[in-house]
Amino acid sequence: MSKIWLVTKREYLTRVRNKTFLLTTFLLPLMIVLFVIGAIFIAVSGKSHNRIAVSDANGYFKDYLRSDSTIAFDFSPDIDTLNYAEKGCTAALIIPVLREDQKTIYRLKYKKQLGFAGEEDLAGKMRTAITDHMIFEKTSLTRGRLDSIRSKSDIAELRTYEDRGKESKESKQGFLYLIGYVSGFLIYLLTFLYGAAVMRGVMEEKTNRIAEVIVCSVRPFELMMGKIVGIGAVGLTQFVLWVVLLGGLFLAALGFVPHDTWLEVQKLQQANAMGNASTAQASAAAEMVFNTTNAVGSANWGLLLSCFLFYFFGGYLFYSALFAAVGSAVNEDPQEAQSLLLPITMPVIFSFIIMTIAIQDPGGKLAVWASIIPFSSSIVMMARIPFGVPGTVPLWQLGLSMMFLILGFLFTVWLAGKIYRTGILMYGKKPTWKTMWKWAFTKS
Amino acid sequence: MDILQVNNLQKNFATQKAVDSVSFSLQKGSIFGLLGPNGAGKTTLIRMLTGIFYPDEGNVLFDGKPFDPVHDPVKIGYMPEERGLYKKMKIGEQAIYLAQLKGLTKHEATERVKRWFVKFEMETWWNKKVQDLSKGMGQKLQFVITVLHEPKLIILDEPFSGLDPVNSNLIKEEIYQLARNGSAVIFSTHRMEQVEEICDHIILMNKGQKILDGTVSGVKRQFSENLFSIGLEQVDGTVSSPAFEVVGRRDQGLVVKIHDGHRPNDVLDYFIRRQTGITSFMEILPSLNDIFIKLVEGTPLARQFQPVTA
Repeated sequence: MSKIWLVTKREYLTRVRNKTFLLTTFLLPLMIVLFVIGAIFIAVSGKSHNRIAVSDANGYFKDYLRSDSTIAFDFSPDIDTLNYAEKGCTAALIIPVLREDQKTIYRLKYKKQLGFAGEEDLAGKMRTAITDHMIFEKTSLTRGRLDSIRSKSDIAELRTYEDRGKESKESKQGFLYLIGYVSGFLIYLLTFLYGAAVMRGVMEEKTNRIAEVIVCSVRPFELMMGKIVGIGAVGLTQFVLWVVLLGGLFLAALGFVPHDTWLEVQKLQQANAMGNASTAQASAAAEMVFNTTNAVGSANWGLLLSCFLFYFFGGYLFYSALFAAVGSAVNEDPQEAQSLLLPITMPVIFSFIIMTIAIQDPGGKLAVWASIIPFSSSIVMMARIPFGVPGTVPLWQLGLSMMFLILGFLFTVWLAGKIYRTGILMYGKKPTWKTMWKWAFTKS
Repeated sequence: MDILQVNNLQKNFATQKAVDSVSFSLQKGSIFGLLGPNGAGKTTLIRMLTGIFYPDEGNVLFDGKPFDPVHDPVKIGYMPEERGLYKKMKIGEQAIYLAQLKGLTKHEATERVKRWFVKFEMETWWNKKVQDLSKGMGQKLQFVITVLHEPKLIILDEPFSGLDPVNSNLIKEEIYQLARNGSAVIFSTHRMEQVEEICDHIILMNKGQKILDGTVSGVKRQFSENLFSIGLEQVDGTVSSPAFEVVGRRDQGLVVKIHDGHRPNDVLDYFIRRQTGITSFMEILPSLNDIFIKLVEGTPLARQFQPVTA
């Protein structure tokens, strides 16, 4: 035991003292933030604007189809399906005569794709136009009246609360989605990052031939476990630093909010408690602070952090043991590692894809099963937990998932230990999965 | 007393018997040469002695008790042929770490590393990294790390490769010193002149089997061809005697082979009778190199793979 501790300490200290550790710890979050801001900026500023030429067979839409910032409709009669591109339109909409007793097909001809969202937008605008047309045709409602009703109808707002028996807590789906996504993504990233670090470390020891010196004072299993635990501890340190950093930044940002704004925020809070969501009298800044603090306050941070630590460590142990096994089996050539790595990286990537689906429907069948099976549970479960325990994630699921993950990593660590013991001292030919299987399951 | 007793040790790999029923014993304070051509099974044998491999057959008694793979390996110092150190770790720290893995406390380890570094004039290396060292310097460091925990059994695989004569002598002296202090040393090498110089006992392995076992002088005597070199004041005429025949001529003497049933005295007697002045008389023993080549020659240079039977 004390030897595992010695190995762990060395692995930990050599990495934490390294300059690259400091760089990744402080630059990675910065880069991610910059990347996200950049992506949002591009998405917002680059929202495409389309001009669509409309050929409307009997003028049904002329007064009803409205242009806005994303789509402008051009009804000028000299534009047709042949020359719309020259006239500066991106597409031409061809609407035949509509009949009320059947569904008629209208067509869009384009040179440049509207995209999925753009098409939805267009179809929605068409539906509204048809509804409006029918309302005016069949009722005596005036145009002005309809518009004023529309603008005044925004008098209710949805707030969701998680039911926890005695108390219920306000939840912000958007924010929970974000936390879930970020947690899942972080575990995915860290699994790869630190799994690969374990593999490189093992390969280094093997190619340096120091393994041969060390395995006569330490059992190979102790050497492997020491490395895995040490590198895991580095990951943990990095994560804790990130949390402290982000928490500090958040508090610092709150410190910059002026006193007047806080007073407004308090008013908003009181109004909110009374069931009044109107924000007309509050400034935009106060509203933002209110929404942010509300969202941050709505998450169960204690549970989130402890679950994150569990799933990070569980998932990391599960996969890093396999990474260690591969590292012990290959020789100097990193190319060799590639093909052996595939069966390990595939499940991680699949888990990530499942996570992006599961987060849309955190209570769905796929989400539930993927969060129980240990291959994907660390990533998928972490994306579900922010939505609520024991609401969205019943306790039995959490328990089962944790138990399977523990059993899972005990198994992979055991298996990797067997492969590692033989592989670390084998030089020469690259082993196949079949020979590694033999190392693991034949006694020696 | 025997520090190590090896009984019928055997290890099979998929394609061959790497070590086939090897037995020998090793006394405290002795320096033991483990010889053999490439692929003879030396490394496999050493790995079984250090507890890295488990033998398929046979057993090892360490200090009179069956080898305990958990507690005994720390009493062994092993310097493999392929040197291994962490390239990017500071040298002082690395030596302390490896000594701690051998069971020393941090305090003990630090003290001993410092002492050895002073002894080998390596103090200035403390904060350097292994990648900054030359091959010979790395070698010295590796030796220090191997013997730092004062092991009862020291296994050195080609310890002098890459060392200049000064450093070779330094390490040779340390090996003698360690043996005088009661450690047993197993010394694996291809350099026969070093074996002759350092070892008092050798075994020779070929194709996984032990083919020779004995003291250096005993082995030499065993392979003696009764050759003697005799220095003469003048070499004249034909020399012929039933006791010996001349197999070589030199400037001031002859090399003679004494026939079975005759003694060196017969040779001296012959020349004294002829009143030829004798300046020297010496037995020519075969070098270990000759013995090695004689025993190993004829077997294929590279070991062939063959399936294991039995």
